[in-house]
Amino acid sequence: MTDSEVPSPHPWDPAGLPPPDVRPPQRWTPSLVWLVPIVAAAIGIALLIRAALSAGTMIAISFASAEGLQAGMTEVRYKDVVVGMVKAISLDENLQRVIVAVELDRSASRLAMADTRFWVVRPRIDTGGISGLGTLVSGVYISLDVGQSTEGRREFVGLDTAPAVTSDQQGTSYVLRSTRLGSLGIGSPVYYRQIPVGRVGAYELNPDGRGVTLRVFVQAPYDRFVTPDTRFWNASGIDLALGAGGLQVNTEALATVLVGGVSFTTPSDGEPAAADAEFWLHDDRASALRPPSGRAVRVRMRFNESLRGLNVGALVDFRGVEFGTVEAIELDYDERRRQFVGEVVARVYPLRLGLAYERLREAPGTGERSDRELITRLVEDGLRAQLRSGNLLTGQLFVALDLMSPARRAARVSVAADGTVAIPTEPGGMAQLQSQIAKVVGQLSEVPFAELGRNLRDAIQSADALLRRLEGELAPEAAKTLVEAQRALDAANRALLAGDSGLQQDLRQTLQEMERAGRSLRVLGDYLQRHPEALLRGKRVADEPAAPALEEAQ
Amino acid sequence: MNAVPTARSLGLLGCHACGGVYRMQPDAGADAYCRRCHTRLRLRKADSLARSWAFLIAAAILYLPANLIPIMKTSTLLEARADTILSGVAALWRAGSPEIAVIVFVASIVVPIVKIAALALLLWTAQRGTSWRRAERARLYRAIEFVGYWSMLDVFVVALLVALVHFRSFADVQPGGGAVAFAAVVVLTMIASKSFDPRLIWDPPAAKPAP
Repeated sequence: MTDSEVPSPHPWDPAGLPPPDVRPPQRWTPSLVWLVPIVAAAIGIALLIRAALSAGTMIAISFASAEGLQAGMTEVRYKDVVVGMVKAISLDENLQRVIVAVELDRSASRLAMADTRFWVVRPRIDTGGISGLGTLVSGVYISLDVGQSTEGRREFVGLDTAPAVTSDQQGTSYVLRSTRLGSLGIGSPVYYRQIPVGRVGAYELNPDGRGVTLRVFVQAPYDRFVTPDTRFWNASGIDLALGAGGLQVNTEALATVLVGGVSFTTPSDGEPAAADAEFWLHDDRASALRPPSGRAVRVRMRFNESLRGLNVGALVDFRGVEFGTVEAIELDYDERRRQFVGEVVARVYPLRLGLAYERLREAPGTGERSDRELITRLVEDGLRAQLRSGNLLTGQLFVALDLMSPARRAARVSVAADGTVAIPTEPGGMAQLQSQIAKVVGQLSEVPFAELGRNLRDAIQSADALLRRLEGELAPEAAKTLVEAQRALDAANRALLAGDSGLQQDLRQTLQEMERAGRSLRVLGDYLQRHPEALLRGKRVADEPAAPALEEAQ
Repeated sequence: MNAVPTARSLGLLGCHACGGVYRMQPDAGADAYCRRCHTRLRLRKADSLARSWAFLIAAAILYLPANLIPIMKTSTLLEARADTILSGVAALWRAGSPEIAVIVFVASIVVPIVKIAALALLLWTAQRGTSWRRAERARLYRAIEFVGYWSMLDVFVVALLVALVHFRSFADVQPGGGAVAFAAVVVLTMIASKSFDPRLIWDPPAAKPAP
């Protein structure tokens, strides 16, 4: 180290080379280089974690069709904010539906809840107007509506059409029950005083198939008009009523005439109805506003006559009150009498009897009767059912109930296990007519037509013989008589046609008289035409000339 | 081949900076420096095996995110997509350019993984000091050094696209995290191969490498 001049050594003699400068070792930590893979691992893990975190939630939605949907292009929007993207479209295993794989953004993963609904927004023209026009430019997109659930879900069944009611709308939904849907559909408007205040959100057939359940949504400021007393009715179509006041045409808004709708009205003020309250959807306004029918009592009637013309839904009438309707008509067989019996089941509403109902309920002593007891009581008092013709042209029948003579009171009333009260029947007007006709026909059949025919033939034969005899004996005499008559006529003719015969002169005079009479009659007619008052007042002297009378008239 | 004497077998120590040659000191406890330029004198590259291993492992770790995370996010008027290397290759293949797809696949997926595997092999054999196929291993090392630069192809493509394609709403290209990881993989494998001392291939098995 001290001498920098190094003697040149032999190249292959290490011993001749100078030793290097030697210093004590530095503090060296060889492990420092291992920081590189550690940092790399940290970066790599950080990148992977970030990628995993930024990756959204994958959900699968099944649709009936993938029309307009494109993987990697179709967006998922919630309130028009893009929250996801369609990643893949495939068919399900049954090849019936389309499975759309959607990646929801991480921030939007809470949108995928158990009751979230998805649908494809397409340009659409329907009863509610035109919607989704923007998609003509931007392409279709998937929209969604979040419900109340807090339970996550990854697989959904997409709706075919946009729901009429989304959860962000303020309002209340109610349940309507009806026997039929009519022309209502999802999105059909709900009117209150002809203002559209809501929509039909969903409908479904009842599980037992005996009716339809609709779900309607009424928007927020208007839902307070729905009280437990509210009446809903199907506002589709035109309601024509011909009454004493003339022809009345009742319609809701014109749109409902075409597409249908639901109207409601509230007869009296009250507390707003609870959400999901159930109402009955009446067929029309009139039946909706009818006083409540109360509880129905099922009655059974067995008619020993043809039920042709009696339909399900036919009227059950009690002295002009619409007491109920026919529910079922069946043909039964009476083994004992060997007869077919028409069995009619009907629902009657005792409440419709009005004041009489109140009176009947207040039975002396026993307290209040049930509706069924009330009917039973009436049957004991002689309530009878009878088929009557409601329309002679169409032969429509209805069931008329009435109290017959007290003498024919029923000894006992049979009430079936299901509470159906049997009402005894009387032969109806039609049946009576038929029996009378049958009687006439029976009497007709007793007429001895064969004997009559024989007598008639004998009579004809004898007449024939008479005629033949007349021909033989009478004809020559008749010819002779005719010649005589001819001769007499000729003589008369001659007497008349002779010019100076007295008869002709008389005739001429008579004719002249008649001509004169005719002329004076014409004069009288003319005068009367000008002076009809003459008939009453007689002829005035001043009126002698005709001309002044005419001037006066003018 | 083994008959060729090495500087170490002759007990010589050369200076990398100025070419000075010195006698090897038996004392291993002290560091040797060049008398002329004061450069640290080493028989072999310092910590060659350890450093190479470190960089190689780092590269191998980053190879995962490089392939799993999108390297490029393209958004056009019609669609927005994020491509990883493999999905890009698949897209190219489907788009009707199988040749380019093959090139990208080889340059971006095969080459890095082959490089990592080959370096691992070299390091492992050098660590064990085996005399197995020394000439082939030396050739493999040269090939790795040569091919190393070409793996940056992908990174350059992404960098170019990001710089060139900027049409706001019509079309836009953003680099993804995968591009960074991929560039790191390439750079780390290059550093690893630089850190490796090819002379280790030729060292006799018994010899203990000295600093």
